[in-house]
Amino acid sequence: MRYPKDGRFGEFGGRFIPETLVPAVEELEENYLKFKNDKEFKAELDYYLRVYAGRPTPLYYAKNLSEKLGGARIYLKREDLLHGGAHKINNTLGQALLAKKMRRKRIIAETGAGQHGVATAMACAALGMKAEVYMGSKDTIRQKLNVFRMNLLGAQVHPVGSGSRTLKDAINEAIRDWIANVETTYYLLGSAVGPHPYPVMVRDFQSVIGEEIRSQMRGIGRTPDIVIACVGGGSNAIGTFCPLVETDAEIIGVEAAGRGLESKKHSATLSAGSRGVLHGMMTYLLQDKDGQIAKTHSISAGLDYPGVGPEHSYLKDSRRVMYHAATDGDVVDAFLMLTRTEGIIPALESAHAVAWAIKVARRRRRSESVVVTLSGRGDKDVEEVQNYLNRNVKD
Amino acid sequence: MSRIEERFAELNQRDQRALIAYVMAGYPNEEATLATVRGQVRGGADIIELGFPFSDPLADGPAIQNAGTVSLRKGAKTGKFFNMVKRIREETEIPLVLMTYTNILYRRGFSEFIADAKRAGIDGCILPDMSIEESGGYLRAAKDHVDTIFLVSPNTSSARIKRIARASSGFLYLVAVFGTTGVKTGVKRYTLDAIKKVKRQTGGRIPVGIGFGVSTPQDVREYVKAGADAVIVGSAYLKIIEDTPERQLESRIYSFTKQLKKETVPD
Repeated sequence: MRYPKDGRFGEFGGRFIPETLVPAVEELEENYLKFKNDKEFKAELDYYLRVYAGRPTPLYYAKNLSEKLGGARIYLKREDLLHGGAHKINNTLGQALLAKKMRRKRIIAETGAGQHGVATAMACAALGMKAEVYMGSKDTIRQKLNVFRMNLLGAQVHPVGSGSRTLKDAINEAIRDWIANVETTYYLLGSAVGPHPYPVMVRDFQSVIGEEIRSQMRGIGRTPDIVIACVGGGSNAIGTFCPLVETDAEIIGVEAAGRGLESKKHSATLSAGSRGVLHGMMTYLLQDKDGQIAKTHSISAGLDYPGVGPEHSYLKDSRRVMYHAATDGDVVDAFLMLTRTEGIIPALESAHAVAWAIKVARRRRRSESVVVTLSGRGDKDVEEVQNYLNRNVKD
Repeated sequence: MSRIEERFAELNQRDQRALIAYVMAGYPNEEATLATVRGQVRGGADIIELGFPFSDPLADGPAIQNAGTVSLRKGAKTGKFFNMVKRIREETEIPLVLMTYTNILYRRGFSEFIADAKRAGIDGCILPDMSIEESGGYLRAAKDHVDTIFLVSPNTSSARIKRIARASSGFLYLVAVFGTTGVKTGVKRYTLDAIKKVKRQTGGRIPVGIGFGVSTPQDVREYVKAGADAVIVGSAYLKIIEDTPERQLESRIYSFTKQLKKETVPD
């Protein structure tokens, strides 16, 4: 996989950060480059991924769903079966192990829905470190069970009351903490966003998803024709896509269209955004004409973010990956269809990818294959779906 | 010579250091900002730093965050801001420095934004999230139009200080503490060391201003004694604005500024 010089993916990415953080990101990059090819580090990470997180995850042929649609064969990459219930643990184990090698005792992280916070708390508990997690105060209410889970796991949760009180503000606050405690603290960022080297490092830790897809498809004598993943910050998607961009596969990222792209109540950064600088990177953003960051909406808290990983911006502009957006309504339909046909409850984030797969598979030949990354399980979302259904029956 | 350079040259002749006084534009409204600036100018401030709000100010502490949020809620817009700058410029020839975030300039286009800012009366820009590695387009757009004031930190290496100083004009902004704006930690040993280090690395080729958490006349005195060419006071002004009825605002700002300015003048 390509390591971007100067942290640039074309014109995207880079390092737009306060000067106080420069020595910290330089040290991080130096250590990451040193350890990523270190035999001992790799063996240790591999051990935790296998025995603790539960890798490799299965690639499941969704026979019932495929036959019901009558088109291409749909395969599900079951990241939802990982410890904690989402792909997030791939990255938190990697970074927590790196933090340990760097002898950082204090770990901070941000979280939106709470999945990355929980995965950070788990990795830190397993490796004997202390975690503090910033979470928007709107999200601590929406996802109070995840707050409790983090507390049980020994992490301290700091509610963030500034700005829109969601993920982007949690990132701002984590960065402010990092500036103040730069000499003692490791910032464990949860998506493929932020200043270099985070986007490339998170991509690399998540690329185990795409690598396994390749070898599992080869194992059944196939290559994927179409690959689909959901995109918020875009870590499960970049981990899925990166090992496959040099194959012939058609690659599709699915964003949250919320209540529709015209409604302005969405989080479809690549589909409807423009270039800008936020959280240390140049990338596509949802913003007004003055450059103020816009409010976002999605039924899935994990996609509710006005930016996107810079490598996705590059893959969009180079047209190697096509980005689309699925509405809340399509997503709930896909959630229900997968649950009923296969007995698998997907996270609402992942249901965006499923929604697009349903649309695509119908139009494709039976000989073709569609691989969908099921980035997380949906237990956390059943209440949200119930509320959505109640609202929409009443209307 | 730019207005900022001229101001430093004049102060040097009088053996004075510069007091740089901050205000968030439009907090809590345009008239209050104008009253604040009048108080600052009358009280002896040498340079005015005007904040323009950004929705996600990750280098700022609670005081400036809150002021920015209020200003945005009241409808702060880039175009309106330039009109406010023009109004200030009609009243005074004091150097005006804009502090905001990279995306505000990038969105309009560096060249277009800087041309508009200059036309309104802005003399320099401070962008706390603009690192030297990313500054090519910004520097090209600013050259011969506005001064580019970069920041250095107590943990910036000597080689990097030199590199940043070469890209800077007007003055070099030394961040006093590990933290965001407005943290009151008192004067730290490492900060005084940093002033000496930065002065040594720049060899007097560019003035060094110190800011972040500078809030009292005592702070100003100690930093001046340690060799700072300028001190920047920000969040402390916002606190006064917050606590003062509008009709007393200008006079309160005036007397606070006067106290601060006294510490930059030799006895």
